[in-house]
Amino acid sequence: MMGGHLPILEVMLPLAAAPLCALVRRPMVAWGVAVAATLFALAGAFMLLTQVWSAGKLFYHIGGWAPPWGIEFRLDAANSFVLAIVSLIGAVCAIYGRESVAREIAVQDQPLFYTMLLLCFAGMLGVVSTGDAFNLFVFLEICSLSSYVLVAMAGARERRALTAAFTYLLFGTIGATFYVIGLGLVYSLTGTLNMADMALRISDLGDNNALQVGFAFIIVGIGLKLAIFPLHQWLPNVYTYAPAMVTAFLAGTAGKVAIYVMLRFLFTVFHPAFHFEAVTLQYFLLPLGLAALFIASVVAIFQSNVKRLLAYSSIAQVGYILVGVSLANISGLTAAILHVFNHALMKSGLFLAVGCVVYRTGSCSVSAFRGLGGQMPWTMAAFVVGGLSMIGVPATVGFISKWHLVLAAMERGWWPVAFAMIAGSLLALFYFGRVIEAAYLYPAPEGRLVTEAPIGMVLPLWVLTVSCLALGIDSEFTVTAARAAAEALLFDPHNGLPAQAGP
Amino acid sequence: MTIGLTPEMILGMVLLTPAIGACVIGATHNFPILREAASLFVAVILCGQVVWLLLDNLAGGVTQLVVLDMAPGLTLLFSVEPLGLVFATLASALWIVITIYSIGYMRSKKEAHQTRFYICFALAMASTMGVAFAGNLITLFLFYEMLTLSTYPLVVHHETDEARRAGRVYLGVLLSTSILFLLPAIIWTWFVTGTLDFTKGGILAGKIAGPEAAILFALYLFGAGKAALMPFHRWLPAAMVAPTPVSAFLHAVAVVKAGVFAVLKIGVYIFGVEFLSSIQAGEWMMWVAAFSLIAASIIAMRKDELKARLAYSTVAQLAYVTLGVSLASVMGVVGGAMQLVSHALGKITLFMCAGAIYLASGKRKISEMRGLGRVMPFTFGAFLLGAISIIGIPPTGGAWSKWFLMMGAADSGQQVMIGIWMVSTLLSIAYLIPLVARGFFLPLQDEADRPQAQGFEISVIRLARLREAPLLCVVPACVTAIVSVLIYFAGPAIAGFILPVLGP
Repeated sequence: MMGGHLPILEVMLPLAAAPLCALVRRPMVAWGVAVAATLFALAGAFMLLTQVWSAGKLFYHIGGWAPPWGIEFRLDAANSFVLAIVSLIGAVCAIYGRESVAREIAVQDQPLFYTMLLLCFAGMLGVVSTGDAFNLFVFLEICSLSSYVLVAMAGARERRALTAAFTYLLFGTIGATFYVIGLGLVYSLTGTLNMADMALRISDLGDNNALQVGFAFIIVGIGLKLAIFPLHQWLPNVYTYAPAMVTAFLAGTAGKVAIYVMLRFLFTVFHPAFHFEAVTLQYFLLPLGLAALFIASVVAIFQSNVKRLLAYSSIAQVGYILVGVSLANISGLTAAILHVFNHALMKSGLFLAVGCVVYRTGSCSVSAFRGLGGQMPWTMAAFVVGGLSMIGVPATVGFISKWHLVLAAMERGWWPVAFAMIAGSLLALFYFGRVIEAAYLYPAPEGRLVTEAPIGMVLPLWVLTVSCLALGIDSEFTVTAARAAAEALLFDPHNGLPAQAGP
Repeated sequence: MTIGLTPEMILGMVLLTPAIGACVIGATHNFPILREAASLFVAVILCGQVVWLLLDNLAGGVTQLVVLDMAPGLTLLFSVEPLGLVFATLASALWIVITIYSIGYMRSKKEAHQTRFYICFALAMASTMGVAFAGNLITLFLFYEMLTLSTYPLVVHHETDEARRAGRVYLGVLLSTSILFLLPAIIWTWFVTGTLDFTKGGILAGKIAGPEAAILFALYLFGAGKAALMPFHRWLPAAMVAPTPVSAFLHAVAVVKAGVFAVLKIGVYIFGVEFLSSIQAGEWMMWVAAFSLIAASIIAMRKDELKARLAYSTVAQLAYVTLGVSLASVMGVVGGAMQLVSHALGKITLFMCAGAIYLASGKRKISEMRGLGRVMPFTFGAFLLGAISIIGIPPTGGAWSKWFLMMGAADSGQQVMIGIWMVSTLLSIAYLIPLVARGFFLPLQDEADRPQAQGFEISVIRLARLREAPLLCVVPACVTAIVSVLIYFAGPAIAGFILPVLGP
């Protein structure tokens, strides 16, 4: 019974749990609700993933209305994998939140904080699950609006969070507007909002100027959400000033969801055969990806705030993913999706580690890390593992990502790109080296006596750290899942719509 | 041996023993005696296990251990083969020596962070064993990187500004070269061949040709940054800031040797000697190595600080191995492997002597060491034997490596290289022997300079005018000095052991 409705429950339960958090006034109860909802979503996501793997695609027609008129949830290997990523990071961050949020958010605001967290979480799950382009916009706004609030909630302690949230709101709104404008153009040509149906009609349409403009609006709109270089201006401040747990959560999910949407439009709704798209990939996304990879990494080297450093590193990592996408072949896409997952693991883990440091020392400047190697051994060990993974040292997930990305570039024959990616990853050595050196080779500031962060924070951190290592040593699960996702996107353009469902 | 102990199990234990040892050392942090006993015990056990594998291999055993698939096609695989056995035997035996020496040195100097020191030694040893027995390139790469990371705390041991700077250079050069050159080379190899397994006769034959093969070969040689081929040699002199046991460990047991070992493995099992000579890929790498060899020797001559001089000497001596592989002849590779052994024994002796001199007299500069040979005859005697072995005068191990390398040069028609070796031999005499000559033949600078071994471990050698370094530091140096002479008689046996894997 429940199995049939799981696709919708996956989204609805966290959405329904959100107001529940607002109703209870006790922070701990709200936390419990949030953890329960995210854990449910995690279990549900993995059940859906196995179902998709065994049975192929899952369709769910909301209210029983058949597409393309009704809204449809459609799960294939691609979005069920992203669902798993988002819910995994969401659950880990929610558990981590108890101590961290209690420290950073005023008591009376905490239930509202968890409300917003769950809304944001449910919005992301909705974006990923839906097969309807306008429904996607609705969910995107749910998750965006709540994430602005989440960032602004740090404003009581750190005023700069307010300006960060405001910039985030401006950029996010522009992005969403661009998306709707593009969607409107495409809708005027195709007369449908169901993505699979849209794909079918676009392929009949041939080359069309309005379609190209619509495509451009959609890609740029999503690009803003994704913080594609040079549309990344909002990101460093948001990641720096948001509450620690929110940063970790957004770093591991928001960008990943945006990438998924972009992939869905690039490979399902539109098609690489669409002439304009091939040009976009090769002459737009690839150079921007490479530029992000170098420029953002170099900027990261000169940051003195570790959260900001990691934020620039995130922009650089988006560059890697874009390069993988722009290869537009099965290995490139596999590598890109693999890196989406792996990067979510390592970057969230790193932000959680920084959160532990902020919890104890109240600062996240590089100099605050001095002497922490001895004072907070578990946190710093996790940070080192995350850093090594970002550099791409073998036996970490970062190595697996890099291996597949470089191999894919070689397969495509883009040798300079392959070497550029390797050279770019080396820059990570410099910015992580600085932090790690401070932690282990400098004595702690006089008189600062800090101890290890509470177990409630270190444990979730280490869940991510251990998976970072385990999936780096045995990557069969992630590689298989990523390849299935890439195949679903690339070889199944119309995504199995029953032949000519429309009139 | 107990029945039921298969070579596979021993191989697994070889990899685990040092790692478990590291845990035991950590657990005995508060009991220095136990901690040092544990270090020594683990070293002895490890050496026993490696010798067991060696005997098994000599009896014809073929051992492989598949651990798991890291990704489809990328297997964590270990296998026992002659080159790896030579390296592992050497490293594990020298680990015992260096552990004894460390105990003497660290105690006398009352160094801080000794537990971390011994833990990192053990972890580095675990990585070295992984490198030695790696059955494919990806496994080699994994442990190669682990070795870099586990030796980093050793290099920055003193935690001074100078040590931090040196650590940056160390980590920067080693990780950069391996990520920038070695990793692309590995991915490229995988891309063209679909396998990374070390296979007799190589895997690249027929898969790649012309200038591409030459580029790939260059990527490998520079990528093995631990082999310190110029211009990527800066980390080696920089790392001299570490305590002397660490320098000896880096030069003779683990890091540097892992680099040249990787070069040998790649030359033999990825390219294959025959394929290498057919594509002329080594032609210009040979000149890079030759340049490295001469230039480093000249720099070594100009260094007054003993450890820096020894470091540049290592850069020069390791270029021998790269040159040997680049010659692409069977004899060249045999010579390279022999050089790995004889240089390890010679250089560890020299470093232990340098440390002993520093402990006893506090002197680092060669110009200040005049006359010390008269009061520290054992240390200086050992230094002399080590130096002779490095120079390559019979009857020492170094003579064989020179012999085979020159035969290799003749085989591949590169007579110029023979000339280069002759020059380099003269240069090595010029930078090693004066120290000994000054020590023995010049009078002591002034009586106040008479060494005063201090601290916990005062040497028992205090006869008449003799003032030796602590016993635990002098004896290991004498032992390796004697072994580096004795290895001369084992030369043909080692060559015969390696030769079968070099054929097509």
